Amino acid sequence: MTRTELQSFLTSKIEGLEFGEETTQYLTVTVPKEKLRDLMFLLKDDEELAFDYMFSLTAVDWFPKYFGVVYHLESTKFRHILVVHVNTENREDDISIDTVSDIYPTAHFHEREAYDLMGIIFEGHSDLRRLFLTDDWVGHPLRKDYVDEANMIVK
Amino acid sequence: MGVEKEIKKEVLKDDFPGQVIPAGNGGNIVVGVLDKIINWGRSNSLWPLYFGTSCCAIEMMQTGAARHDWSRFGFEVARPTPRQADVIVIAGTITNKMAPALRKLYDQMAEPKYVVAMGACAISGGPFYYNSYSVVRGADHVIPVDVYVPGCPPRPESLLDAMIKLQKKIRSTKNSERKNPVDGFDEGK
Repeated sequence: MTRTELQSFLTSKIEGLEFGEETTQYLTVTVPKEKLRDLMFLLKDDEELAFDYMFSLTAVDWFPKYFGVVYHLESTKFRHILVVHVNTENREDDISIDTVSDIYPTAHFHEREAYDLMGIIFEGHSDLRRLFLTDDWVGHPLRKDYVDEANMIVK
Repeated sequence: MGVEKEIKKEVLKDDFPGQVIPAGNGGNIVVGVLDKIINWGRSNSLWPLYFGTSCCAIEMMQTGAARHDWSRFGFEVARPTPRQADVIVIAGTITNKMAPALRKLYDQMAEPKYVVAMGACAISGGPFYYNSYSVVRGADHVIPVDVYVPGCPPRPESLLDAMIKLQKKIRSTKNSERKNPVDGFDEGK
């Protein structure tokens, strides 16, 4: 599908999607976090979409508003690409997002990484432990407000 | 005595480190300085252990490859094990997680052992000096370093120059006074 076809198809299927500007490299869509799993199931299972390949899952700290998670999806059958954005409610207490690790198994480790370095809680993840840092590490070092007086030289 | 002076003038060069004593039967006894011989052997056959953790390793490989070819100076026998190596070339970033492994490798190397810190990361943390939670600010926090090579990454010529400087350092060593470089290192001496 082309970009416009993808956009109109997804708009007809799920409400509340916001599409990004046309100047970006890939079509981007921001989804409310309640609808994330609905969207992901649709993207993976629909025969016309067939987004079977997640090639990136990253987290963004939109200090001081909220955290975001960005999923890059591609269809190895049709070779179209979609970028899905989802945001948490805030940065303090409601920082959870539904897991997609049961839909895209590669997200299992990516979500552990995002939890380790950014502290986003993925609801329903089967094994949400730290990945790179030691188990007794305090805090999440890629957050904008992370403080570590022992190791960091702040400039 | 007259014979000895004659030999020195005609056969030996001025910088010959030893002494020639006539044996009286037509032959001569040559007394050399053992330091010079040991250091000559050590400095011309340095077996490096490759410790490449990032992009500096590419320049290190290039230094060993055909164009720069550091085997011309005696560094060709690159070792994958510390137990057979004389010099460890730290080519890349040392993180807090990697530091114990580096120390373990260094401790496994047999004496005499030397360390070359290659590139900005191995000298001081380099581009990761500020605002990093995971990078060691210089390999000399973990093991004693002999030669520092600045650059990000250094060109192969720089690394060659560093290795030749290391050879010069070895040649100027007095082996009777030499200490294990790691003695007192952890106490900050």
